Amino acid sequence: MLADILVALLVVAVVGLIAAVVLVLSSHFFAVKVDDRVTEIRSCLPGANCGACGFAGCDAYAKALVEGGVKTNLCIPGAQAVVEQISGILGVEVVEGELKEKSVAVVHCNGTCDAAPKKAIYDGINSCLAATVLYGGANACNYGCIGCGDCKDACFANAICITDGVARVDARLCIGCGMCAKVCPKGVIRLIPADSKQIVLCNNTEKGAVARKNCKNACIACKKCELNCPEKAITVLNNLAKIDYDKCSACGTCVENCPVHCITNVNFEV
Amino acid sequence: METFKSLIIILMGSVLVNNYVLSRFLGICPFLGVSKKLDQATGMGIAVTFVMLMATAVTYPIQYYVLEKNGLGYLQTIVFILVIASLVQFVEILLKKFIPALHKSLGVYLPLITTNCAVLGVTINNITDNYNFLESMVSSLGCGLGFLLAMVLFSGIRTYIDESEVPESLKGLPVTLMAASFVSLAFFGFAGIIENLFA
Repeated sequence: MLADILVALLVVAVVGLIAAVVLVLSSHFFAVKVDDRVTEIRSCLPGANCGACGFAGCDAYAKALVEGGVKTNLCIPGAQAVVEQISGILGVEVVEGELKEKSVAVVHCNGTCDAAPKKAIYDGINSCLAATVLYGGANACNYGCIGCGDCKDACFANAICITDGVARVDARLCIGCGMCAKVCPKGVIRLIPADSKQIVLCNNTEKGAVARKNCKNACIACKKCELNCPEKAITVLNNLAKIDYDKCSACGTCVENCPVHCITNVNFEV
Repeated sequence: METFKSLIIILMGSVLVNNYVLSRFLGICPFLGVSKKLDQATGMGIAVTFVMLMATAVTYPIQYYVLEKNGLGYLQTIVFILVIASLVQFVEILLKKFIPALHKSLGVYLPLITTNCAVLGVTINNITDNYNFLESMVSSLGCGLGFLLAMVLFSGIRTYIDESEVPESLKGLPVTLMAASFVSLAFFGFAGIIENLFA
């Protein structure tokens, strides 16, 4: 009885031991040399594999960095901290102006279901790209968010949801990789600095009356914001207000003056 | 000629009639998990086929020359798991060293296969069906190809599901499971063909 148990134990132990020895030996003899710096850099990258750097993922970016010829500031989710770490590992100097500041994606549209009338009923593939190809989508406004959620599918951080027909980015979850901006066929998602306090919630460049007819929340290009801005940070270009965040002092005058409330206060740094 | 016929019957039987995924419901995890895209599904299918063949080649002698010689048939499951797991690791190390391109395309899936029940199922079923070594290898090849077939078919179906409007309550896994059950039903149509293959 005891002998049976012992034999069974022995067989399993020997099989396991042989397997272990073979694995240890093979991992020793067939080891592939990896540059230590690749592993080091890889461990300080955020690991989101978002592709914002232009490489296939964090592993690919780390490899390219060590091979040289690639800038150290391409990782947007990692921001400043990662640039400094990478530069430290590679022995490259951190150039202050080279750092990309933390940014956040914003859907510049407020064409909610009741504000933006439809010109058609779209019944095709549930994709913004497909809808755009077909007469620019179902909304009367051809510039705003279609709400099919291509950006939502592209988002690695699950920061985007479609609310009331319009995509909305949760700034707390957004890593600023810009993948949503890349897939949006309307170009309505753009990255802005994360410390911005005012945003223009419209992307329509039609003349005021037409824009107003196509969406109740559209910018009508009345230039009230441009005239009242103490910092001259807002310009109305192509019938659409645009904030220059380098000049903006976040005073909020534009928000008070906007008659259609398409400029709103936001705070991404909660 | 007779052996050739029986080998063909085993091969066709394991690809179509006793398809591991669709008739025996083994290896469902990768079947649902990695079948979203055709290239991934193909990669996984080929990797599983490869590992099944390797595993059978190693476990068959272990069963007959180590376990049964010592009257330890009941240790089959645990020893097979041990051997398959280390074998997959070993193959991964070898691939990384000598065929980096293949390692890059299979690399992600190889560790997944380590604990794939379809691989264990093939090796154990080969023993319970009393196949000889050649028959075991052919049966493993068939099972692997059957797995590949199921993965490729299902990845095609899933691309169609992705493009269609699915009711909110069925989105994601529920509709995938339903589609899998339909494919599985379709494979029951092959049930009678083996007996009449050479009739």
